[in-house]
Amino acid sequence: MSEDFSKIMIEQVGRLFEKQVSKDVLTAADSGEWQEGLWEAVSEAGLPHAMVAEASGGLGLAPADAMSLMRRMGYHALPLPLAETMVANHLWVEAGGSLLDGPTTFAPVTADDRIAIAFNREGATLNGTIGHVPWGGDVRHLVIFARDEKGVGYLAHVERDTVGTNQRRRNVAYEPRDNLQLDRIDVPLNAVLKAPDTLGGDGLLSYVAAIRVQQMVGGMERALDYALTYANERVQFGRPIGKFQAIQHMLAVAAGHFAAASAAADAMGESDIFAGDRFAIAVAKSRCGEAAGHVAAVCHQVHGAMGFTHEHALHFVTRRLWSWRDEGGSESYWQEWIGRNVCAMGGEALWPSITGFR
Amino acid sequence: MQAFRFEALSLPPEAQAMRKKVRAFLQDERSHNRFAAHRSSWSTFDAEFSRRAAAAGFVGMTWPKQYGGGEYSNLERFVVTEEMLAAGAPAGAHWIADRQSGPQILKHGSERARATILPKIAAGECYFGIGMSEPDSGSDLAAVRTKATRVDGGWTINGSKIWTSNAHRVHYLIVLARTSPLDQDRHAGLTQFIVATDSKGIQIRPILNMAGGHEFNEVFFKDVFVPDDMVMGQPGEGWKHVTGELAFERAGPDRFMSDIRLLVSLIDKVGAEPSERQAIAVGRCVAHFSALRRMSASIAGLLERGERPITEAALVKDVGTAFEREIPEMVRSLVPSESSLDDEDEFSQALAHVLLHAPSFTLRGGTPEILRGMIARGLGLR
Ligand SMILES: Cc1cc2nc3c(=O)[nH]c(=O)nc-3n(C[C@H](O)[C@H](O)[C@H](O)COP(=O)(O)OP(=O)(O)OC[C@H]3O[C@@H](n4cnc5c(N)ncnc54)[C@H](O)[C@@H]3O)c2cc1C
Repeated sequence: MSEDFSKIMIEQVGRLFEKQVSKDVLTAADSGEWQEGLWEAVSEAGLPHAMVAEASGGLGLAPADAMSLMRRMGYHALPLPLAETMVANHLWVEAGGSLLDGPTTFAPVTADDRIAIAFNREGATLNGTIGHVPWGGDVRHLVIFARDEKGVGYLAHVERDTVGTNQRRRNVAYEPRDNLQLDRIDVPLNAVLKAPDTLGGDGLLSYVAAIRVQQMVGGMERALDYALTYANERVQFGRPIGKFQAIQHMLAVAAGHFAAASAAADAMGESDIFAGDRFAIAVAKSRCGEAAGHVAAVCHQVHGAMGFTHEHALHFVTRRLWSWRDEGGSESYWQEWIGRNVCAMGGEALWPSITGFR
Repeated sequence: MQAFRFEALSLPPEAQAMRKKVRAFLQDERSHNRFAAHRSSWSTFDAEFSRRAAAAGFVGMTWPKQYGGGEYSNLERFVVTEEMLAAGAPAGAHWIADRQSGPQILKHGSERARATILPKIAAGECYFGIGMSEPDSGSDLAAVRTKATRVDGGWTINGSKIWTSNAHRVHYLIVLARTSPLDQDRHAGLTQFIVATDSKGIQIRPILNMAGGHEFNEVFFKDVFVPDDMVMGQPGEGWKHVTGELAFERAGPDRFMSDIRLLVSLIDKVGAEPSERQAIAVGRCVAHFSALRRMSASIAGLLERGERPITEAALVKDVGTAFEREIPEMVRSLVPSESSLDDEDEFSQALAHVLLHAPSFTLRGGTPEILRGMIARGLGLR
């Protein structure tokens, strides 16, 4: 897809979200209702397959543009597994599979969950539990990363209906994050593909991290938009509260966090995350996670009691910011990852590696 | 929230080539033990180092060849700057002249000023100081009272400046003075002058800093004559020049790399197998650092295109210096150290050095309180 066209498309999708992701939709989604109308709208636009090459039937959106699209999803708090579906299809088709139709998610997405795969004459069997699967109870397909007894990694396509549910659960944004049980799930051989070598020890975790990074940048932008508008409108002591230096400074600091987080997320967007560049993901996830906490806190403070109501829409993004910073590895998870790598190389290697990374 | 521009930037191949060149130069400097990386920085004044750096082509890099420059891009200069900082090079002698005075002269100076001064800066032989602050004019820079009065062939300056870094060892100061009386608009009637420090009527008194070092000074001007061709631009343009200059001053990697050598020492100190807490803290620093580096590079890109990203520069400085201030606190929480400048241990020395200088990181070049006011204006709150 040409660069110009991608830009136009991202803008159009932004308008679609603006129109369709209303407060009513968000409130209904909060109660666990699947938003079929919204899903149909994004499907009509071809978005579920946006990251699949045109030759394979997708839109051929470059990863960096897909990342911009995910920011728009974050900005509007889109209550659908759209980013998950995009990435799952990308992984599956790149590995040699064909397009999966309908909402799709991928797993495991936590640091500890492991799925075992064993081959037999007819196919393969998957075993294990996977926690906190995004929309695990709502999707049609799962793309599962599993290892055989020799440690070789595979991607397996599993129909959601064949999998058991241990617990339906929600993050603090009330987005579904379900615990699933793969109890001797048999899959045919043509539903198992060799995983790319770039998938490391924590499997698909870094892809959730990458998605949440972009969503957080979008979410922070929205929260700041709300706060800036409110600061200019709300009058106390005879003037808009935005005229008070204390409020100005709080928001300036939040804007600094936002700018730094965006810079880290941009760097990640340009890096080749699907070729295994985990450093950019680690930097972006830890920097954005830290910023998200600060930005959410400041935006609530600026809104006073109004921001603590269900009526005001601020919480739709701040609750997501609090959830997303934990998912796909929290700040400390990725900071530790960076720290261990950097320390292993020694002090003098710090600078060459920082510049080498970008 | 689309208030700020931090566009994507990838360094062009020539910038990467420049990186190799400056690394080789710095490697050579270090292999000859010419400086102590763990206790020097961009404010360490070492004229010999500056001459060697200039001879190798690393001073006045972006200026026209006609004035001794190298006609390199801002991005090549950016790379050299960050490499100098990363190496802990004592670049203080030429830093100000290279970073802001030279570019100002190139833009607003007379032809004689350009022709006589710039080649000397680029040769690493001519250094500058900034004469902005006064006893009653710190954050409130527009309150300067130092006065310049028209005389035959030029101006005479009367008044005083304070906190003037390196005034006692530089050749020129760029002095901000009032050239017409304060009326309603405080920003009008200010003008910048290039003043030679050996001019008649200048008196320089040292002010020791809290670490006992002599870096800044008080400077008194009594009927100091400045010829017309040492005026920057037209009289009355001073405020515009000063705010433009700050974009160069505020957004560079010197605003978040002052204590990079301490970070290097820390990594060696905790070793290849750090505790979880140590690894997390080091990782967090690297993440912050990488984000800042990208923001700063992106501003170098905007400057290269001739833009004046003043608010973005303020933002980089605010985020960057806050980070610099945090580092010594973090370091001492990770490794027990009763740091001392007298210890043999490089880590202990580096920590002591940073602790003793950290308070200045968030003062020089404008305080966070002032920067945040500018950012808030950019956000539409003022
Ligand atoms: C190491 C060092 C080197 C320096 N070198 C130079 C130099 O070479 N040339 C030069 O001209 N200057 C130099 N300075 C001076 C520097 O620019 C000033 O220190 C700085 O601008 C702050 O001014 P001030 O120290 O007078 O503090 P003040 O302006 O008096 O401020 C004191 C405190 O009050 C706060 N404050 C002030 N106004 C407001 C406001 N409106 N709202 C909220 N808070 C406010 C400040 O943020 C600060 O925390 C140097 C300073 C240092 C520390």
